[in-house]
Amino acid sequence: MNFDDFSDFLLMDGHALYVWLSYGMGLFIILLTYIQPVLARKSIIQELSQRQRREAKASETSAVETESTHENKGAC
Amino acid sequence: MNWTWFYKLGSPKWFYDTANKLLPWFLWIGVSFLLVGSVWGLAFAPQDYQQGNSFRIIYLHVPTAILAQSCYMMMAVAAVISLVWKMKLADMFIASAAPIGAAFTFLALFTGAVWGKPTWGTWWVWDARLTAMLVLLFLYFGVISLRSALENIDLASRASAILVLVGVVNIPIIKYSVEWWNTLHQPATFTLTEKPAMPPEMWLPLLVMVVGMYCFFAAISLMRIRNEILQRERRTKWVQKLISEESKF
Repeated sequence: MNFDDFSDFLLMDGHALYVWLSYGMGLFIILLTYIQPVLARKSIIQELSQRQRREAKASETSAVETESTHENKGAC
Repeated sequence: MNWTWFYKLGSPKWFYDTANKLLPWFLWIGVSFLLVGSVWGLAFAPQDYQQGNSFRIIYLHVPTAILAQSCYMMMAVAAVISLVWKMKLADMFIASAAPIGAAFTFLALFTGAVWGKPTWGTWWVWDARLTAMLVLLFLYFGVISLRSALENIDLASRASAILVLVGVVNIPIIKYSVEWWNTLHQPATFTLTEKPAMPPEMWLPLLVMVVGMYCFFAAISLMRIRNEILQRERRTKWVQKLISEESKF
């Protein structure tokens, strides 16, 4: 270790502001670039699965409709 | 030479599955290298006799600056592939890498400014290296905004590929600016041809950080490309199947 103790490490010989500001921003950017695609993936999967369900329902109802018209025709 | 890998790259499904397998490795190696490198550089590396402890910013500044330029070069290669072979994945890479490149360029500029204050006595000067890096940031912004402005995906991919290729001029300017012009910026720390001027206990943590940054970049670009694939291939059977499996949980 290059420093005497932990507080000496935090103080960085008077350069604490510069060193910790840089590394703080570094941590922020790294977290941001990681979290952004994780959240994007969640919302994409949610959106696509909603669309899937909607389309499945739409094709179901249209199938029922065509069936019922066939029955009506049969009754006539 | 066997070229099947090149054709496989054209298949989004193959790429998606491969990305899934590689992603955890890149992510964990990247994060652990970055962690080890930062602790090593911050606490254990010796002080610089001229700059004192502010020199420790090098362990963040140099890897991000290298990645900021490297990312652009990779986008340029992808741009050629996208223009010549119309490969979808190359275009997805450009779309995915541009925001990461912008973030890294911003970080390089930010850490550079914070390092410049105690070292040069100023946050910013309009010298060649710094201005060229700022131009790089605007090139990334240009690619991002071009893609979001153009609705037509074919048009967006062609336009952004051309913009990326035009901007390549800036990369050698960044690289050689410290040699061509008088500048406050110090010359390169690492060169491929010469031994570093620093002692090993100073440059080893830097090397660890550079490797970590490359792996982290690989991980987050794979994550972004995966998202692009899901969105653009949403009509295909395999994505539909994957979505119905994912949404069960």
